[in-house]
Amino acid sequence: MNSEAATQTQQLDIADHFELARSEYLGRKRLYMVFFWIGFAISLALAVWHSGFSIAAVVDGLPRTSEFIVRMYSALTIENFYADLIDWFWGFEDWLASLFVSLLMAFLATIIGTTFGGILSFYASRNLAKNYAIYFVTRRTLEIARTVPDIVWALIFIYPFGVGPVAGILALTIHTTGAQGKLFAEVNENIDHKPIDGIRSVGGNWFEEIRFAVVPQVMPNFISYTFWRLALNVQAATVMGFVGAGGIGYELINAVKLLYFLDTGAILLMIICTVFAIDMASEKLRHYIIGKETLVG
Amino acid sequence: MSGKLADLTPEMIAAERERFPRVFSMTMKARATHFVLWVGTPCLVLYCLDRFGFFSEKFWGSFGRLGIMFSQMFPPTGWEYMDEYTYAIGETLSMAFIGSLVGGIIALPFAFMASKNMMPVRPVQFSFRRFADVLRASDYLIWGLIFVRAMGLGPIPGIMAIIVIDTGILITLYSEAIENIDRKPIDGIKASGGGRLEVIRFGVIPQVLPVLLSNALYMFESNTRAATILGIVGAGGIGFLLSDNIRAFEFSNACTIIIMIIIVVYGIDYLSKRLRERFIYGDRVSQGHDRPMERVMAKMKD
Repeated sequence: MNSEAATQTQQLDIADHFELARSEYLGRKRLYMVFFWIGFAISLALAVWHSGFSIAAVVDGLPRTSEFIVRMYSALTIENFYADLIDWFWGFEDWLASLFVSLLMAFLATIIGTTFGGILSFYASRNLAKNYAIYFVTRRTLEIARTVPDIVWALIFIYPFGVGPVAGILALTIHTTGAQGKLFAEVNENIDHKPIDGIRSVGGNWFEEIRFAVVPQVMPNFISYTFWRLALNVQAATVMGFVGAGGIGYELINAVKLLYFLDTGAILLMIICTVFAIDMASEKLRHYIIGKETLVG
Repeated sequence: MSGKLADLTPEMIAAERERFPRVFSMTMKARATHFVLWVGTPCLVLYCLDRFGFFSEKFWGSFGRLGIMFSQMFPPTGWEYMDEYTYAIGETLSMAFIGSLVGGIIALPFAFMASKNMMPVRPVQFSFRRFADVLRASDYLIWGLIFVRAMGLGPIPGIMAIIVIDTGILITLYSEAIENIDRKPIDGIKASGGGRLEVIRFGVIPQVLPVLLSNALYMFESNTRAATILGIVGAGGIGFLLSDNIRAFEFSNACTIIIMIIIVVYGIDYLSKRLRERFIYGDRVSQGHDRPMERVMAKMKD
């Protein structure tokens, strides 16, 4: 009898505790939400004030932008379609050559950057690096290579290497190294450790561990990321010319600056088609290589 | 027939090899593919390197200039222009914030039109998807350039460029999230007499909201990086000062700006990570819950 009552009060206590903790938790959550929305409102107000953003300016600017875009694509008439097309793409061969340079830049940067990034990623993964100092230095180096935008690297390299694709390739390579190194390191950190133990138990050194225990596990992901990076680099290589670092971007920025609307439209069309094609091809290859279910993304 | 390895005779191995050739060696087709890849790729790389002059004296001679430039970069200077730099950084952040917010909102209705389970008319759904692809096919800088040409210099064309790309990418990401939802809540709302809007409000939004918000946050990070460079084409933000300083050979000032960019990008990455943990996934943060995030990350331009 007595013990039953004791159990009941104990149960009540537990229920009370639960209710108390829950209301505390909800109250805390509500407080965080209030803080969040106040912070959000203040940042929005600051941002609008600081950038001078206004709906009026946008409404004013949109018709001009759409006129710009319409004028870019007003070369063709139905009566005289073929001749108009020829006329519109008057510089097709030159543009194609620049576009090809952009593609080669992206290809080269992807291959070299992925190679460097792949090698460095083994030093930049917490579970594989031999000691913390190596890990730390490699990680920070890769992060700096990745955080500085590729076009800024291009601006930097134009001074020593001169105007041309070399600066663009180096810029893309450095950025690719950083980005791939970081992504690959994350892949490396998620591997199964049993094969490493196996190699170590039969007397393998660090390189043999990497080569025979890690690389076979991470290779499909590495390849998948490489194709994806190639698509991104093609897109980035199309604007390298904006700062004089080679490729089709130079033709584009000149056409825009001189207000050659039709040329701008034609070059832009070529860029968009190329980026599309590479994007789709890279997606197809990724699916082909590692299968749809295991694909990240 | 015992299973011991030592009992295997060469004849038995040969017989097995006959039966299962692909276990013992690669097929001719696979070998040919490997050969083409392992020989073709290095050849193409060498061709490119040669074509762009990486083997020339000029290229290797340029490293001296690179060294001089890097030595001029340190120590970073330009502290007297700090007001100007902070102002520009603020402009960059404002651009990224407004652009991500507006883009994230505009993309929402389009995403419903572009997802297969919400838009039964296939051609309409398909054309919305392609529309999104066209928006994101050109780089931030290309849109920035066009908007600057049409609207004049300043941060507003930069914001417009960010909105356009953000919308394009988010339509795709949002609609994928919407396509992956569970049908049961929708059926439940339909069964209890809910209309189309109620289905969306009570059946779809609660399911997709965390994914949508975290996608939008990832885009905010990406947009911050973009906003730092949009100034190169005159579309506002720190990029203008950076390219100006580099073009004027003021490398030490440029170094200060680059350090500021790195700090800001890190800060935003950290902030967005914290926000995601605290507000979007709340206390449900777990390994399994990050799955949609990985998909997003793989799609992101970093």
